[in-house]
Amino acid sequence: MAERTATIASRVGLHARPASIFAEAAAEQPVEVTIALEGEPADEALDASSILSLMGLGAEYGTTVVLRAEGDGADEALDTLVKILETDHDAE
Amino acid sequence: MSAAAEGTLHDGDGRVLAGVGVSAGRVIGRVKRMPDPVQPPADGAPLPEGADVDSETARLKAATQAVAAGLKARAAAATGDAAAVLKATALMAGDRTLLKSATTLVASGTSAESAIWEAADAVATQLTALGGYMAERATDVLDVRARIVAELRGVPAPGIPDSDEPFVLCAVDLAPADTATLDPAKVLALVTSDGGPQSHTAIIARSLGLPAIVAATGTTALADGDLVFVDGITGTVTRDPGPAEEEIAASYANRAALPDFDGAGTLADGHAVPLLANVGSGSDAVASAEAGAEGVGLLRTEFCFLGRDKEPTHEEQVEAYRAVFDAFPGRKVVVRTLDAGADKPLPFLTDDSEPNPALGVRGYRTDGATPGVLARQLAAIAEAAELSEADVWTMAPMISTPAEAERFAQLCAEAGLRRPGVMVEVPSAAVLAGQLLQRVDFASIGTNDLTQYTMAADRQLGALAELNDPWQPAVLHLIQATADGGRAAAGTGAAAGPGAPAGTEAAAVAVAADSAAKPVGVCGEAAADPALAVVLVGLGVATLSMNRRALPAVAAILRTVDLAEAQRLAGLALGAASATEAKQLVRAELPDLERFGL
Repeated sequence: MAERTATIASRVGLHARPASIFAEAAAEQPVEVTIALEGEPADEALDASSILSLMGLGAEYGTTVVLRAEGDGADEALDTLVKILETDHDAE
Repeated sequence: MSAAAEGTLHDGDGRVLAGVGVSAGRVIGRVKRMPDPVQPPADGAPLPEGADVDSETARLKAATQAVAAGLKARAAAATGDAAAVLKATALMAGDRTLLKSATTLVASGTSAESAIWEAADAVATQLTALGGYMAERATDVLDVRARIVAELRGVPAPGIPDSDEPFVLCAVDLAPADTATLDPAKVLALVTSDGGPQSHTAIIARSLGLPAIVAATGTTALADGDLVFVDGITGTVTRDPGPAEEEIAASYANRAALPDFDGAGTLADGHAVPLLANVGSGSDAVASAEAGAEGVGLLRTEFCFLGRDKEPTHEEQVEAYRAVFDAFPGRKVVVRTLDAGADKPLPFLTDDSEPNPALGVRGYRTDGATPGVLARQLAAIAEAAELSEADVWTMAPMISTPAEAERFAQLCAEAGLRRPGVMVEVPSAAVLAGQLLQRVDFASIGTNDLTQYTMAADRQLGALAELNDPWQPAVLHLIQATADGGRAAAGTGAAAGPGAPAGTEAAAVAVAADSAAKPVGVCGEAAADPALAVVLVGLGVATLSMNRRALPAVAAILRTVDLAEAQRLAGLALGAASATEAKQLVRAELPDLERFGL
């Protein structure tokens, strides 16, 4: 199981446009990726490609989240997704 | 319109459907109806006959994919905010977690419609509980759900219909969410069977320059594909238009082009009537300045507050107001303090459990229930004014008594704002305008609310459309009373009138008298109606503020009359027995309305 932590860099949190961008990128990965707030048990993690789950997560600017994935390409997938979370998409 | 009789075969048997014209224009086009809202399926309805869990799951999956693909295609064709919103809703429609909870319900024997309805409901409830921005997204989830159910049932998706050809949009009424997705290049005219002259439909139609008719009850009988002639000037929809209607539509299409507004509102005799813009954001202000507006007569500050669950910071507010002020250096900008409540609720300021919010704690009144927000806003306005070159005036909405006016003037003075004023929307403020204006420097009449409160007629009710019309003589009398109050209060308080502009000797005397008066402006929809604008000036209104798109039309018509004529026309309207009669009497005396197709 590959695992990464990331800090939300978008000022509006993981909502709206940043959530769309992230969900779409997660869906494009060859492996299933989950997302959880830091400190929450892994079996309560949510589907990272689900925009509705992301919105329900309530991750604000500065919140730390944990991404997990398994299988071939898991490390690369997580690295890509961490980069997206740590970009401020509102600033674009 | 005597020529109409020739091409008319069935007049009197429902061929001509009457409503209230709320936005000028004459076009012929085919009807597309706004689909009926999707009715909820029964709770936990069983699998349809002949279906099994596998086939029903496949049907649900196909429907979500079809809706997601449709929304994605629309997102690709859209730009800016609309594209972002459509893209997010497309992702919601194809959301795996949503589909998973719905298919679990299908597996336990529930129909696809009921399953997706229930699954989306759970998500919406969760988002609503998070509050603020997320609570608003709950509406998107419910919209996506309705689209999936419509797809499953094989009925048209809710919302503005898609079409390659421009069409006449017929609806019961349009909600703000519908009008936000309305593409003016695809819609020829708006016709609603409900709604009044101040409904969202009317406001959006005027701002987009589309012909529109509201409260046309007979139009519920119109079906997709029907050919109709829509006359936004007379307020009628004619089925099966013939040569007579074609001629009218063609002459409207060939109407004299309105000259661009040259940036100076005047009557034929040179009497100045500054034409200002109503704006709701910095970019709006820039576009209004480009359109020639002589200043801002109404800055709606809600743009800074709406859609937030917390009050914006001082710095955020200063920046937002400056963006508007900087578009009008050396010009007047009238700022209206926060007007929350009624149809503009704010979680940190208003109580959404009021049984009658239009008569509730709204506008200035929220300062009593939640003190501090107003004082902080005034401080931010003062700082933004200090940092810019605009001539900033500040007014409070929903002032009802001279005491409230006095307290607001005090709050402005404490913040260092020089020009305090009040909105006149409550009839009590119009009746006591002289006393109010002894305590502040100016008044601005919000005709939409003044009409609804004077006539005791809800703005959104189609059945009361005739009452809810700013042409109502009683409303005009209150506007006159407010302007008279401004003259009676001349020379009181701290305000010193601006220098009188040059003119003929007689006009100079009138202008001198008016410049000592406390100025009374109008910033409601009424100011954007060119014929009514003439009446308002005749009643003693000094400035008119409107959507920037109305500036050329209002300026052109004002230039065809002198002050004495405007006063004569105002007299005709004041003496009329109804809004319709007032409008007819005045319009008959303004031949240029027809020439410009207004």
